[in-house]
Amino acid sequence: MTDEKSQAALYWKANVRLIFGCLFVWALVSFGFAILLRPLLSSIPIGGTDLGFWFAQQGSILSFIALIFFYAWRMNRLDKKFGLDE
Amino acid sequence: MSQFAINLLFVGASFALYIGIAIWARAGSTKEFYVAGGGVHPVTNGMATAADWMSAASFISMAGLIAAGGYASSTYLMGWTGGFVLLAMLLAPYLRKFGKFTVPDFVGDRFYSSEARLVAVICLITASVTYVIGQMTGAGVAFSRFLEISNTAGIWIAAAVVFLYAVFGGMKGITYTQVAQYVVLIVAYTIPAVFISLQLTGNPIPPLGLFSTHVESGLPLLQTLDQVVRELGFQDYTADVDNKLNMVLFTLSLMIGTAGLPHVIIRFFTVPKVADARWSAGWALVFIAMLYLTAPAVASMARLNLYTTIYPEGPTEPALAYEDRPEWIRTWEDTGLIRYEDKNEDGRIQLYNDSPEFAPTAAERGWEGNELTVNSDILVLANPEIANLPPWVIGLIAAGGIAAALSTAAGLLLAISSAISHDLIKKTLKPDISEKGEMLAARISMAGAILLATYLGLNPPGFAAQVVALAFGIAAASIFPVLMMGIFSTRMNKYGAVSGMLAGLLSTLFYIFTFLGFFFIPGTNLLANIPENWLFGISPLSFGAVGALINFAVAFAVSSVTKPPPVEIQELVESVRYPKGAGQAVDH
Repeated sequence: MTDEKSQAALYWKANVRLIFGCLFVWALVSFGFAILLRPLLSSIPIGGTDLGFWFAQQGSILSFIALIFFYAWRMNRLDKKFGLDE
Repeated sequence: MSQFAINLLFVGASFALYIGIAIWARAGSTKEFYVAGGGVHPVTNGMATAADWMSAASFISMAGLIAAGGYASSTYLMGWTGGFVLLAMLLAPYLRKFGKFTVPDFVGDRFYSSEARLVAVICLITASVTYVIGQMTGAGVAFSRFLEISNTAGIWIAAAVVFLYAVFGGMKGITYTQVAQYVVLIVAYTIPAVFISLQLTGNPIPPLGLFSTHVESGLPLLQTLDQVVRELGFQDYTADVDNKLNMVLFTLSLMIGTAGLPHVIIRFFTVPKVADARWSAGWALVFIAMLYLTAPAVASMARLNLYTTIYPEGPTEPALAYEDRPEWIRTWEDTGLIRYEDKNEDGRIQLYNDSPEFAPTAAERGWEGNELTVNSDILVLANPEIANLPPWVIGLIAAGGIAAALSTAAGLLLAISSAISHDLIKKTLKPDISEKGEMLAARISMAGAILLATYLGLNPPGFAAQVVALAFGIAAASIFPVLMMGIFSTRMNKYGAVSGMLAGLLSTLFYIFTFLGFFFIPGTNLLANIPENWLFGISPLSFGAVGALINFAVAFAVSSVTKPPPVEIQELVESVRYPKGAGQAVDH
């Protein structure tokens, strides 16, 4: 029982760590590159404007998709490792 | 065949398809009515979620807002997609494991309190009704144009159609109908965009066209657009914004609002396994991105097309004569969504930014004020006409716009009716109600919600997308935090949850009503809705994120001084964290 409990705690800890990592990237591409850090990226031209504009209108959306699939894939591996997959 | 007949044909054919599917997949039990029996494949579910999610605001209004706001309106793009990341990681898998029908169900059980359930019902209804208003406004615009009737009549027809459609369907009917609606709306949105992108940039893929070279000028498209708008006194399309705090908070409000919207969360109860809930969120975002990556291209290209129509010789040359105006301006004038007033009586259409800074230049050119008022909501619908595309494309857009409004309205009404019939009546007021009685209550509450939304849709506080943005603020401030704390904190108790929800909801409503009028009734606002009056420059649309912070702060403060939840609740929280043994979404 205690062993099962500590396993569960480990699983949850790994999940939370993964979520933190993913949400860092999530915030970086949207609030970071697309909004607050846009002036820093203004020297990188792309199609008549700058990289910040690209992140605001396309890059962030593409990153979000990648993040969710990455998370789902890593969680599936974690589920298997802990024998929690169905 | 006339354009009117073609529109009727396309809209009629798409309706026949949806109704056919709804009848084929009719919901027999309350469980099927609410969650489609928990047996929907993640990709199918993702597609249905995308249709559910992409509303009249996304389809009809968003590109118009981006066209008008340029870079500053990117908030809508990031906000309405970024929320799915939160949903996939912070809510969907755990709520699926919990395995109940509705959002108040989770709140009520997790916080072992019928008060918490009741407050969740109130939050849910407030957010959903505000959201349905936006759908009604959008569908009204679409119907009025394509049936060539007034905007008011358009809203009434939209209400009647939504009523017939949602009341008979239920979740199972809705899931498969929404797959069909997704296909209709994405085809309708993409085809004109591909044509326009080809015309302007020679690139058939609109998101790539956006960053390509404008064929006519030989310069990048966005640079050309910047030049044109600058010569007419507008801010550059790609210009950075000054108020970054507001932009961040607005984006964040839309994101957490997305994750907190009940009709989207319900979707994740319909997949078979916990892992599927994660994949399903990913697929939903893929399908949503098909439209969201096209929208900014549509926005910039339509805006450029609008100015080239009005100023065929370039913005510094004489504008188009009113007599020579194209057919689309004439038809939209009939709906009242385009208005022309010849202020300097030269018989031409001067469209420009009437700002004090630009006044000297305008005076020099003999202009006496902006003469053409164009409602942002018409941009996507008018887009094929502006670009001279064939009549069947216009018919397709009509069908797509209406599909978008209907699918979302139906999903929301389902969330509202299940909150009333299931959470309020069955769980709180009258536990011995029969299954039949519960279904009847669900349908009656749907009808009530439609009437209320129609009334408010006739007196809306803004464009469809802005009304919708308010709904997000409310969902962000009330529902998202309580769900997240319910999963991620074993210590959170019912006192914290209830006071947090109330603090978040009330502070957000108060801030919104202060500027937009109590219950959106014009003239009852305490302060004018101008940036100078906003607290720290935070607009009412952006306040949801602040409301969510207030919710979290109050909940933790109250919870830390009251007694912890019972042991079995703490065990319940532990159990939703582990995916094994999710089983079906259960009745009880």
